[in-house]
Amino acid sequence: MDSMRDRFASVASRMLDEDPRVAVVLAEIGAAGFAETLRRHPGRVINVGIREQLLIGAGAGLALTGMRPVIHTFASFLVERPFEQIKLDFGHQDTGAVLVSAYGSYDAPAGGFTHMSPGDVALLDTLDGWTVHVPGHPDEAETLLRHAVGAGDDRVYVRLSEQKNGRGLPVDGARFLTVREGRRGVVVAVGPMLDAVLAATEGLDVSVLYATTVRPFDSAALRRATETAGPEVVIVEPYLAGTSTAAANDALTDVPHRVLGLGVGRRELRRYGRMEEHVAAHGLDPASLRERIEGFMRARVAV
Amino acid sequence: MSITAERTYGFDDLPRLMALMTGDEKHGPAATSTLDVLWVLYDRVLRAGPEHLDDPERDRFLLSKGHGPMAYYAVLAAKGFVPVEWLPGFGAYDSALGYHPDRVLVPGVEIGSGSLGHGLPLAVGTALGLRAQGRHDPAVWVLVGDAELDEGSNHEAIAYAGPTGLDRLHTVVIDNSSASHARPGGIAARFEAAGWSTETVDGRDHEALYAAFTTPHPGRPHAVVARVEPKDS
Repeated sequence: MDSMRDRFASVASRMLDEDPRVAVVLAEIGAAGFAETLRRHPGRVINVGIREQLLIGAGAGLALTGMRPVIHTFASFLVERPFEQIKLDFGHQDTGAVLVSAYGSYDAPAGGFTHMSPGDVALLDTLDGWTVHVPGHPDEAETLLRHAVGAGDDRVYVRLSEQKNGRGLPVDGARFLTVREGRRGVVVAVGPMLDAVLAATEGLDVSVLYATTVRPFDSAALRRATETAGPEVVIVEPYLAGTSTAAANDALTDVPHRVLGLGVGRRELRRYGRMEEHVAAHGLDPASLRERIEGFMRARVAV
Repeated sequence: MSITAERTYGFDDLPRLMALMTGDEKHGPAATSTLDVLWVLYDRVLRAGPEHLDDPERDRFLLSKGHGPMAYYAVLAAKGFVPVEWLPGFGAYDSALGYHPDRVLVPGVEIGSGSLGHGLPLAVGTALGLRAQGRHDPAVWVLVGDAELDEGSNHEAIAYAGPTGLDRLHTVVIDNSSASHARPGGIAARFEAAGWSTETVDGRDHEALYAAFTTPHPGRPHAVVARVEPKDS
C-alpha cells in the first residue's frame, strides 16, 4: 500500500495532464515525485526552492491569473511559517488554492518538534472560508484531492498523514459517515483516528461518526446522531485536542449537551522515537481512548 | 502605449485630485513619492485601462507599497478607473478607498496591499501563471518601497525570479532612503546579484523614468530604482 504522500504525487500528476488550469507549486519538498511530470508540463510544475513565503505568494499570483494552484510542503512550513501570506494572499485577495500538507502532528517523530505541526487546522480555523479535508486512507486522499482541485476557486486544505486506517471508506468531500450506531453517546473519529476509535469503542453502546471533511463541519450529521444516541459527544482528532469542539458546540447550541475534545496535547513532549509512542503519549491509543471515552460518558450529571 | 481612451486629466491635475482626499493642496514627499512613477506608468507604459479590467492580455500593475495610496487613487481617478466623486470619501466606512487599497473594492486594483512584502511574490506568481497559459505579451509590474525590500519575502522573490528568467516581471523600487539600514552596495546591486536587469534613475524625471521602464531586458526580469527626495526632508 502506498502512502498518502505517494498518492498525492501520482494523483496530482494525472490532474496536471487532465486540467490545464492546474499548477503544482513546491518548495523542494516532494519535488522528486514530480520529476517526470515536470518534463511534460514545465510551466505548471514550479519549484521555488526553499522559500515558503514565496511558495504561498507565487501560488496566489498563479490564482490571480485564473489557474488552480496546488501547493505542497510539510505542514509546519506550509501553514505555520507563512501564515500571514495564507491569510492575505488568499483570503484578502479573494482567491483560492489547494494547500496539501504532509507530516502534520507527529508523523515524522524522529525529526522532533521542528517537523511537527499539531496546530495547523486550529490555525486555519482563525480564517474564513477554508474547506479542510483530513483523509484516513490513501484511497480517501485521492478522492478528496480530486474534490479539492475540482472545487472551483475555493480555498481548500488537504492534510495528508502517515497514519492511516486499514481500509478506505466511500467519502464524499462533505459529509460525515455513520460507521456504528448506539444509544449512549456519539464519538466522532477524524481521518486516521477511525481504527483506534472503533477498537476503543468495541462493545460500547455508542454511535461512531467518521469525519474526513471537518470544515465545513457537518453539523446536521452530528445533530442527527445525538437525536438517537444522546447529547454526549466525544471528538477524536489527529491534531490539536479541542480543534473542533467549538464547531460541535455550535451544532448543538439549542440542545443541552457535553463535548469532550481529544487529540494531540499542547505541551511539547520533546521526544523522538516512533509514531506509536507518540500516539500513546497523547492518549490516542485504543486503551487510553476507551478509558477517557468511558469516563466521560459515565460522568453524566444525575437528574 | 496607453490604450486608455479618456485623456481628460493630466499630470498637473493630480495635486487637485489628491487634495479631494486630504483637503491639503501641498503634500509631503512621502505622500507623493510614487506620484511621478505611477503617472508615467499609467500614462505611457501600461497596456491597461478601465475598459480592459478583465482582459487576460492586459498588463498587470501590483501596488505592493500600499501605504499612502492617495497618489495611486488620484492616478486611477485621472485614468477613469474610479469616479473622481469617490475621492472625498477616502477612508470612510462606506468608501471603497481605504488607507490601504483593496482589490475587491476598487476597479483596476490588482492586489490588496498594506502589509509589506506581499506584492513581489504575488507578481512572480502572476508572471508564472501568464507564462504557463502561453500569454507572453502582458507585462507584470510591481511597485515596492526601499524599506519594504527589507522584508525577507521580497528576497525570496528576487532570488527566484532572476535565475528563472522571468522576463515579463518588472519591479519599480521607490527609493526615498527610508530603510533604517541602507543596503550595502545600493539597491540595484541586490537585483543585479540575482541576475536582474537594472536601471537607477531620478524618480521625478518623467523622460528618464520612461526610458528606464522601456529598456529592453531579454531573458531577465527588470528592476528600476526610482530615487526621490528622502522621506523626512
